Amino acid sequence: MKFNSYKLFALLSVLLSGIVLQAQETQPDMADGMRSSGKIWVVVGVVGIILAGVFVYLIMTDRKISKLEKEIESNTKS
Amino acid sequence: MKNYWWKILCAGLLFYTLVAGFITPVPRLDILNESIRNLYFHVPMWFAMMALLTVSLVASIRYLGGYKSRFDQVALQAANVSMLLGVLGLLTGMLWANFTWGKPWTNDPKLNGVAIGMLTYLAYFVLRGSIEDPAKRARISAVYNIFAYVMFMVFINVLPRLTASLHPGNGGNPGFDTYDLDSDMRLVFYPAVFGWILLGVWLMSQRVRLARISEKLSETN
Repeated sequence: MKFNSYKLFALLSVLLSGIVLQAQETQPDMADGMRSSGKIWVVVGVVGIILAGVFVYLIMTDRKISKLEKEIESNTKS
Repeated sequence: MKNYWWKILCAGLLFYTLVAGFITPVPRLDILNESIRNLYFHVPMWFAMMALLTVSLVASIRYLGGYKSRFDQVALQAANVSMLLGVLGLLTGMLWANFTWGKPWTNDPKLNGVAIGMLTYLAYFVLRGSIEDPAKRARISAVYNIFAYVMFMVFINVLPRLTASLHPGNGGNPGFDTYDLDSDMRLVFYPAVFGWILLGVWLMSQRVRLARISEKLSETN
């Protein structure tokens, strides 16, 4: 078989592309698919709802305490 | 707006942490992978815990300076909330370690140090529970609290740095500072720390106010 420069170039490019692909595969795995599909925002939404609930609860407790403080203050004055 | 601006700031910072913490780019690293984002959630627990322990220490010192029972209550409730944050920090750390270090509890000096440190604070609560007289209880526990704070800081911030540790920034391990792209992470990490400290102070303030109410109730009855 005669080995001309075209065949050599084709062989080399196939080999090199394999190396390049391998180099890309060895990059650390990240949740790229999740991010590109946009579904990560669903997670953000879920945790956001939980966080909002916690804050609403905290504010309600704050108000209850304020009410008790006022009640005690008026009781001690009278 | 005068009194609760910091609560709005707290909520804003934590919502920012949530969105930016999940969405912004992070360094691509082996083993850690996406779990590097735990830096925004696990580490602020410890920062907030140490901040509240410092509040507790200052309150104890101020109590000893004037014997005002208010400072005793602040010291107790700050220590209470810091234990909650510490337990959350331990649990999140164990989950993270299970997937990156192979098991939930490695015999890392930082882990063992924090276990001893938290036991030191548990002794503070036991000590308080064992003294009947309120003034005596406040005085003795304030002195012990100063001792506990020093022990805790030595166990988790000094000793782990003297030996090999898996935690970044200890025993010659590089901290997160040395990785590239860390300026992106700083933009989320520092607001997260500040937000969680404010949340801890918020929880503490509720406990202190409740304690004052029950104190007044027992005075009138």
